Amino acid sequence: MLALTRKKDESIIIGEKIEITILEIQGDKVKLGINAPKNIPIHRKEIYIQIQEENKASATSSIKQLKGLGKILKK
Amino acid sequence: MTLKTKHFGTLEIDETKIINFPEGIPGFPNNTKYILIFEEDKESPFCWLQSIDDGDIAFALVNPLTIYKDYAPKVDDEIIALLGEVKAKDLVLYSIVVVPEDITKMTANLKAPIIINTKTKKGMQIVAENEEYEIKYKIFKDLQEVTSGKEGV
Repeated sequence: MLALTRKKDESIIIGEKIEITILEIQGDKVKLGINAPKNIPIHRKEIYIQIQEENKASATSSIKQLKGLGKILKK
Repeated sequence: MTLKTKHFGTLEIDETKIINFPEGIPGFPNNTKYILIFEEDKESPFCWLQSIDDGDIAFALVNPLTIYKDYAPKVDDEIIALLGEVKAKDLVLYSIVVVPEDITKMTANLKAPIIINTKTKKGMQIVAENEEYEIKYKIFKDLQEVTSGKEGV
C-alpha cells in the first residue's frame, strides 16, 4: 500500500478526476473531503461490506419461501 | 432467449424487459443484467430480481413502503441522474430481502435500496443518507413483539 503523509488542508489526487482533501484532524478522527465524478460510488467501507454481505445472504437464502407470503404483511 | 434458473425453472426472457445495472450491485459486480419476476398475486409486496448473467443468482425484493411507513431514502439527485432522464413516476424502489430458515427473522435492507428507472431500464443499488435506516430491518418486528409478549404472560 502506498503511504503518504499529509497535513490539514493538503490533498492527494488520484488520476485526473479524484481529489481527496484532509479537512480536519481531531484526535483519532480525520475528516476527508472527496471530489470525484458522480459515477464513482464512494462508501464508508464497513457499510459497503455489510451491504455486500446482505446481498450475498439474500442470493443464497430460500427466497422462494416468500411466494404467497404477501398476505401476511397486509393488515 | 431462454434462461435456466435455480429458483424459477427455465424462463422465457422478454429481452425488452431486461434491466441494466451498469455497475452491478455490491458483491456481484459482474452481474449487470436482470429481470423482475412478479407473483401472480398482483398485490403482493414481494418480487424477485433474477440475474440474466447467472441463472443461479436471484434476490428477493419487497416494496419498502409496505413495511416502513413514509419510507423516503435521501439520495443525491446527481446519483439518480445516472439512471437517465429522471421522472418520479418512472422510478421504482425495492429493498433486498434476506429470508432465513426461520421466516419471522426475515430482514429487508432499507439502508441500500434498489432503484430502477422503468423508462430507461437502468437500475442501481444506492446507499441512503438516512442514518435511521437499517441494513437489517426486521420485517416481522411487530409480529415478533406480539409473540414474545404472549410468552411472557
